[in-house]
Amino acid sequence: MGRRTSLVRRPTARSRGENAIRALLFGAALVSVATTVAIVFSLIRETIAFFGDVGFAEYLFGTRWTPQLNEAQQSFGVLPLIWGTLYLTGIGLIVAIPIGLLSGVYLSEFAPRRVRKVIKPVLEVLAGVPTIVFGYFALTFFTPEVLRDALGVGVNQFNALSAGIILGILVTPTIATLTEDAMSAVPGSLREGSAGLGANKVQTAIRVVFPAALSGVVAALVLGASRAVGETVIILIAGGQTANLGLNPTESYQSMAAFIAATSRGDIPTGSIEYETIFVVGMTLFVLTLVLNIISIRLVRRYRQVYE
Amino acid sequence: MSGAQMAARAARQAVIPSASGRDRTFAWIFRAMMYAAVGLAMLALVTLLYDVASDGLPKLSTDFVTRFPSRILPERAGIQSAIVGTFYLMIICTVIVVPLGIATAIYLEEYADRDKWWNRLVEINIQNLAAVPSVVYGILGLAFIVRGPISLGRTLLAGGITLSLLVLPVVIIVAREAIRAVPPSIREGSLALGATQWQTIWKQVLPGSIAGIATGVILALSRAIGETAPLLVIGAAVNPRFNPDGLGSAFTALPIQIFAWTQDPNRDFVALAAAAILVMMVALLLMNSVAIFLRNRYEQKW
Amino acid sequence: MPERVTEPERQSPAQRAVEQRNQAAVDEAAAAKPAKRPTDREVIFDVNDVQVHYGDKKAIRDVTFDLHRNEITALIGPSGCGKSTFIRCLNRMNDLIPSARVDGEVIYHGENLYAGDIDPVQVRKRIGMVFQKPNPFPKSIYDNIAFGPRVMGMKGDMDEIVEGALKRGALWDEVKDRLKTNAFGMSGGQQQRLCIARSLATSPDVLLMDEPCSALDPISTGRIEDLMMELKENYSIVIVTHNMQQAARVSDMTAFFTVELNNEGRDRTGAVVEYGATDQIFTNPGDKRTEDYVTGKFG
Repeated sequence: MGRRTSLVRRPTARSRGENAIRALLFGAALVSVATTVAIVFSLIRETIAFFGDVGFAEYLFGTRWTPQLNEAQQSFGVLPLIWGTLYLTGIGLIVAIPIGLLSGVYLSEFAPRRVRKVIKPVLEVLAGVPTIVFGYFALTFFTPEVLRDALGVGVNQFNALSAGIILGILVTPTIATLTEDAMSAVPGSLREGSAGLGANKVQTAIRVVFPAALSGVVAALVLGASRAVGETVIILIAGGQTANLGLNPTESYQSMAAFIAATSRGDIPTGSIEYETIFVVGMTLFVLTLVLNIISIRLVRRYRQVYE
Repeated sequence: MSGAQMAARAARQAVIPSASGRDRTFAWIFRAMMYAAVGLAMLALVTLLYDVASDGLPKLSTDFVTRFPSRILPERAGIQSAIVGTFYLMIICTVIVVPLGIATAIYLEEYADRDKWWNRLVEINIQNLAAVPSVVYGILGLAFIVRGPISLGRTLLAGGITLSLLVLPVVIIVAREAIRAVPPSIREGSLALGATQWQTIWKQVLPGSIAGIATGVILALSRAIGETAPLLVIGAAVNPRFNPDGLGSAFTALPIQIFAWTQDPNRDFVALAAAAILVMMVALLLMNSVAIFLRNRYEQKW
Repeated sequence: MPERVTEPERQSPAQRAVEQRNQAAVDEAAAAKPAKRPTDREVIFDVNDVQVHYGDKKAIRDVTFDLHRNEITALIGPSGCGKSTFIRCLNRMNDLIPSARVDGEVIYHGENLYAGDIDPVQVRKRIGMVFQKPNPFPKSIYDNIAFGPRVMGMKGDMDEIVEGALKRGALWDEVKDRLKTNAFGMSGGQQQRLCIARSLATSPDVLLMDEPCSALDPISTGRIEDLMMELKENYSIVIVTHNMQQAARVSDMTAFFTVELNNEGRDRTGAVVEYGATDQIFTNPGDKRTEDYVTGKFG
């Protein structure tokens, strides 16, 4: 037996190969870091250039956004874009939250198996529809047929109501499935305890399961809002290209993302003020979604900790 | 009801009272609200599909798929350049995203020491990237890849790289889940037999997770097919009457063509947009079916 | 060393019955085995002053004893006393836990396994391990057995190697007609014997078994115990078990581990109380704690 013990010495070729593989894999992981660095760097660089031409106060507090006008009349107050984003997201959430929450609760607590088998795929299909299709639907059907003809609302061809509502439909599956996940994660023992105290299913769902899943549900809402905030094409097609600081949903509005896509069509000269606006608005959008994201991740971590 | 029955019922009520009217009414209303919500969601999907189908079906034909787009005559317009462009973009995406995504997932799951701050940073970073709006990836593409340091111009390769970066975080997340599903006992068993860490990964972990990874990759790529905003920002061509002839060529894609036609004042072009949407949805349906098939057939149940 | 506590000599009828049963098992085992003279036995593991820390918690302390060739050594003791931690030191499996630190020496055929230039991967090719829950790979029976040799780059006819391992693992007759079927289709007892055969395929000279039967039914347990007695001829076996009767049935030497509570009960450290021939440990233990454990007074 003694003659085999020499095999126990370390073979350096093998461990060098293992180390090389590890380094290679770490390099792959760095690509994702490099992506973020590149995003932040390109945004910051042009943002700084922008603030060389336009004052910080004018950007943040100005109420007119007209970069397309000639130099004498240009105005770079971003509030209309931020407002447009929030307004459209708000309309969307007014649609998506009730439908999404109720659907999520239904799927988690009430739906019989056969019904679930139908509804879940419907939600999955809805979630997989590309946003351009929603944009088409909003412009060619929802605005003329539903809003104008069927409901008789006098909207412009490009209006916030159409864009906002369709945005809501886009976001509904996200809220519904995440709400369902959050509520399904609540242990059955809680439902049993409630039933044992004589509560009916609706009372159990609303008073026991829903509050227990609350941070997961709020995370779902925040994630839905984040998606709505970042959405471009629906608003670009159906919401119009006018930065608007008003409250009239029949008028057209522009969000930050829609502005970026409208302005940047590939042939914009580098270094011009319009070029810089893409980045400064992009930076604003990036920061906004980052904040929403961090909130949502914190909430998810909190609800996972409770039950795992 | 007879006197005896009424007496029996009263006695039962004394022992087990019926639910209060208020509770019952509220429960009924709530249920109605839920059904309405679910009904609305389904109605939205059905209406959407019906609208697109009714607008687009009449315009579908083999000519439509084989012709190039035209700015003037809707009857002579087709989506060949868009289909070919989308197809090439998908190939570029796959080539970039599959090795990078799997490698990153392997690193994070099998090698990274969670206590080191840089590894945690990589993880958080990926989660954030997954939620960055797609238009911001377009900005990255414009500033860095089309222009800037890499300066590829408004080319197919630039479009492919931009979409790859967009989709990469999702692939990483999905691959990690598939790898995590392999139980630790398998790794222990392999290592206890004298296999190295990489041998264990290559011969046990990856084969056991490949079905989940493939499913996730296909689903992520199908998301990339429908992305419009990044391609708009980096400057995909509109109505090109040619197919891309190489990585350095101008290109278009189905979403871009749909975008252009949807906004055309000519109603006939708008109908073509619906037809193109149908083609795109068929492609998506195919991809999703393949993904689901792979998952059902090859998924490893532990 | 903690003080011995003298206990009042009062036994309930149940305790007496347990004691009698254990005694009967031990007597039977002692009668079945020929006594070994100390000079017969070659040392395969010379363990000196081994300590294991997880982070700053000391998991086991001061383990020193010798394990011998072609014997079955049982590690027994209450739960949490470090038996599994210790056995994993013998094949460097504790390396897989980032916070684990092993001090001391484990000398195997004259080499300290924890010397700086020893490759743990190579160690595990010589020292095999079977786990508590059977963990076959989701591959065919053939590929399960062949994995170890393939990874080692073993030369030779793979069919022969697989057949040999399955025969040594007492599984060949049951599976020889379905070598290509998936191992997940086997019963729990068969899967565990597969795992044993799988570790035998790399021709180790030691087999470590961490509670190999605790997830199995009594019949499968019996078959594996029979297998262990056969394997003893050619291999050295170390087995962790919480089943004292099993230790009494199969093992030649037994080490009894206990848990020491320090720091007002917040720290638990394992230590070896006693190590000796199995019949002696069970019939005439030297330490009162051993006696209490084997007679069922606690644990």
